[in-house]
Amino acid sequence: MKLSKTFDKALWVFHLNSGSCNACDIEIVAAVTPRYDTERFGIKLVGSPRHADVILFTGPVTKKMKDRVIRVYEQTPDPKVVLVTGNCGNTTGVYYDSYAIEGPIDEILPDDAHIIHVNGCPVRPENVINGVKEAWLHLEKLRGDNE
Amino acid sequence: MSDVVNLAVNWGIKSLLVLLVSLLGIFVGLLYKGFDRKITAMMQGRIGPPWTQPFKDIKKLFMKETIIPDTAVPWLFNAAPVFALVAPLVALAYLPLGPFDPIMEGYGGLILLLYLLAIPAVAMALGGLASGSPYATVGSQRELVLMMSYELPLAIAAVALAYNFETFSIAAISSEPVWSTVGGVGLLGFAMILGTLFAVMPGELSKVPFDQAEAETELAGGLFVEYSGRNLGLFYVAEVVKMVFVGTLLIALFFPYHLSSWFSFGGPEVFNGMLLGNLIVDIAFFLFKLLIIIYVAVSVVRVAFARFQIDRASYFYWVPMTVIGLIGTLLVMLEGSMAI
Repeated sequence: MKLSKTFDKALWVFHLNSGSCNACDIEIVAAVTPRYDTERFGIKLVGSPRHADVILFTGPVTKKMKDRVIRVYEQTPDPKVVLVTGNCGNTTGVYYDSYAIEGPIDEILPDDAHIIHVNGCPVRPENVINGVKEAWLHLEKLRGDNE
Repeated sequence: MSDVVNLAVNWGIKSLLVLLVSLLGIFVGLLYKGFDRKITAMMQGRIGPPWTQPFKDIKKLFMKETIIPDTAVPWLFNAAPVFALVAPLVALAYLPLGPFDPIMEGYGGLILLLYLLAIPAVAMALGGLASGSPYATVGSQRELVLMMSYELPLAIAAVALAYNFETFSIAAISSEPVWSTVGGVGLLGFAMILGTLFAVMPGELSKVPFDQAEAETELAGGLFVEYSGRNLGLFYVAEVVKMVFVGTLLIALFFPYHLSSWFSFGGPEVFNGMLLGNLIVDIAFFLFKLLIIIYVAVSVVRVAFARFQIDRASYFYWVPMTVIGLIGTLLVMLEGSMAI
């Protein structure tokens, strides 16, 4: 992986709902509105995983979505970071032990995936931006490992 | 023998100039894309990305992995971004850039430029069709429909200009502002044609009311949906160079004014008898005109309008814009016949 500071300042985000109740999705849309304006950090929502640097998952992974989550992860070109927002995606939340749920994102994606966790039910837009900051710190650590 | 040497030297200089102009075109395009994004953000009450953002985007895209899908036709898929970038870069060599005459003066005029204007759209559509994704296919079809729509008002504008100047040479057309060659109804006619060209510009650049081919919210990126990494970066550069190309074309056709024709800024003679001060001021004035054109035709329109449906976009170009362009052309011809 080739990483540099430029990479941090031009993160394009692909948003995938892996079975959430839509509350987190609305808060994520709120984060790109003029009030929070994530575009000032160079963050942009894109429509295709091929364009993305960050995949933003919301929700526990339902049985139907499991294959799609893995496929979208594989469709995204390297280097990539995964941002899991909301309690459901991180721990399955209120859907714990449900017959329709395959488990949190961590258990679905390959072990070498770089996963950042953002908590909240639903997440607040401030927390999403904080999650991006966490992603920057993570990328900084990775750069240190490469040197 | 010395003729051959002269010819070789001449072409060597020309190719170096083309290379220089290409690099400058990419640089200015990325810079203006940054300004465009910043101005758009300010108009929407946001802070917006720094004006260096496009440079960061490009650098990032070129270090990402480039994926070629299994369903794609690899050679066409990889060739499309190159064609899309090369056509507007070549076109810059046929356009007068500020105080300088076209580098390739005498080798092509308005007709060639119209064809070079069509190549990026065709290349994008081919790339979309070659990527083997249904979203990209729909995007390609929309791009082709849009291209067929805006070519008509564009061709009418070219006809009116060629009729007025009795030449297709871009250097001849830009040697005298079109507004001083006609009077009365002719002025009205050219104002209407300029209006249609301003309406064609966002369609040409696939910018917001006419971005049906990309349509992030409905087609997930449209004809770029399978592009990633280096190929997407090339498309990104192609888009900004096309913006510079179309803006420069509008300046050459309708606003070929130089500040140095009214004021002299002195300085030593440097190039073709032009004074250094005049040269610098003219280049700065040219870049300023380009910024204003991009601001009016791209930024303001992008903020003020939402995306049209594809059939309404076609209707907009085929009926109202074509009719306005035709009436403008008729007025120009009326003026010409009255002068005789």
